[in-house]
Amino acid sequence: MSNATTRTGWRFRQPSVIPGFGLTLGFSLAYLTLIILIPLSGLAWRSAALGWADFWRIALDRRTLHALEISFGTALIAAAVNVVFGTIVAWVLVRYQFPGRRIVDAMVDLPFALPTAVAGIALTTLYAPNGWLGKPLMALGIKVAYSPLGIVMALIFIGLPFVVRTVQPIIEEIDKEVEEAAATLGASRFQTITRVLAPGLLPAVVTGFALAFARGVGEYGSVIFIAGNLPNISEIAPLLIVIRLEEYNYAAATAIAAVMLALSFLMLFVINLLQSWSRKRYG
Amino acid sequence: MADPHIETYDPEHEATSAAITESRPARAVLMAIAFVFLALFLVLPLVVVFNQAFAKGLETYLTSLNDGDTLSAIRLTLIVAAISVPLNLVFGLAASWAIAKFEFKGKAFLTTLIDLPFSVSPVISGLVYVLLFGAQSALGPFLKAHGIEILFAVPGIVLATVFVTFPFVARELIPLMQEQGTGDEEAALSLGASGWQTFWYVTLPNIKWGLLYGVLLCNARAMGEFGAVSVVSGHIRGQTNTMPLHVEILYNEYNAVGAFAVASLLAGLALVTLVLKTVLEMRYGAEIAATRGH
Repeated sequence: MSNATTRTGWRFRQPSVIPGFGLTLGFSLAYLTLIILIPLSGLAWRSAALGWADFWRIALDRRTLHALEISFGTALIAAAVNVVFGTIVAWVLVRYQFPGRRIVDAMVDLPFALPTAVAGIALTTLYAPNGWLGKPLMALGIKVAYSPLGIVMALIFIGLPFVVRTVQPIIEEIDKEVEEAAATLGASRFQTITRVLAPGLLPAVVTGFALAFARGVGEYGSVIFIAGNLPNISEIAPLLIVIRLEEYNYAAATAIAAVMLALSFLMLFVINLLQSWSRKRYG
Repeated sequence: MADPHIETYDPEHEATSAAITESRPARAVLMAIAFVFLALFLVLPLVVVFNQAFAKGLETYLTSLNDGDTLSAIRLTLIVAAISVPLNLVFGLAASWAIAKFEFKGKAFLTTLIDLPFSVSPVISGLVYVLLFGAQSALGPFLKAHGIEILFAVPGIVLATVFVTFPFVARELIPLMQEQGTGDEEAALSLGASGWQTFWYVTLPNIKWGLLYGVLLCNARAMGEFGAVSVVSGHIRGQTNTMPLHVEILYNEYNAVGAFAVASLLAGLALVTLVLKTVLEMRYGAEIAATRGH
């Protein structure tokens, strides 16, 4: 057996009695190429066709830079907020018993299931100056809707399940004996959590943060209603792409998209590294 | 492999292991934080949708839904989902069969490529098709000469939706089928079943709940997609407006009841999705535990 495998050397796939490899892989690759790869490489090709000077002129345009800064900045804040509250939510869902726990657990996925446009108009109505929450906040001098803070609110909504659903399974897997051992060795509960449990949760928290951040950067539907969309102040990068498209300025739309895409892929790469690192350490 | 470690609540156990849980006040504070946060960010927006939809009574709600443009938006949304979900379902089955049942070079890379649409902004997902099929593109003049409408028509909306919902079924099925391994299929084949019989009578029953789960999530996203569809649709009222786009148009016209009435249908879809998802998780979870057992 081992003789046979060593003799063949490099081969594309391991032998198997199961049929259908060529058919399923062929179909998958063809479909992937047609739907995803060709359109995406079209974008890369079009931005390359712009030429180096034109590309950077558009990418470093003041309005573009502000839009990118707003998209990445608000996504960063929202993801940080979600890390704190999402981890608490995950902890409460796993560790504590209370009536209706299953309903609360199911509700966490609402942002996955609720269309972004619906979330957008609902949050805007909620946080508008005369809304249920907007009015009292306005009295305190805090303007949420039609400001960058509104964008953060929408992105917190969108990103929450990413953090909870990444951290939750890891909390479920924690071996209670580890905590018992820490307790018997004289650690206080606070020490057990910060010194024993937190390091184990860290990779999942970081992954959840990265996923929520990545989603927030590209988010469009829930943001455009609440943002107010003032250029240089509350205009996100995806909206600027849409505006450039409506002006038939394909070059600018392409360049902004290429910059965003490059940054997203960088994040995807980092997420994958983090995941394989955490799998290696805790899998 | 370790046994599935399922913790069930046991009040006595809790009483004896005070050392591994927080003090009562700490628990109360954490639960309060979690509940207030979830109430503010999840429950209130949902309440607002239905509150606004019914703000002027049931009759106004029904009248605003029974509008020609609204009905055509509902019809278009159903058509788009009915085309794009099955396409991604077939792809999900094919890709997970190739990836989970075989060992080949570049598998991890292929899996990463499948997840690619998740890290692309929806607006860019629409933009790539505008660049491919628009009047300014290399294909544009050809399409125009032959009267083929892709952008600002149903095919473009379907393509953008397929792009955005591309990974949903595959990413549910791949881990599930990897978990199940190839033992059942090899047994069926050695007993003389054909490839199709093996798939139909052995694999499919094993993955049916996971498959349904993926289809459910795929469908919710397909019906609710906004950004990608917005870029390719052209917003032609009564023709290329899906439900989420129609919500935007009504909202921007200050027709709050109309916008929230359509939004309430989408919110209803989301709630049904969540209920079905929870039910499936209860069954599907048991199924995975069962397959781990043998």
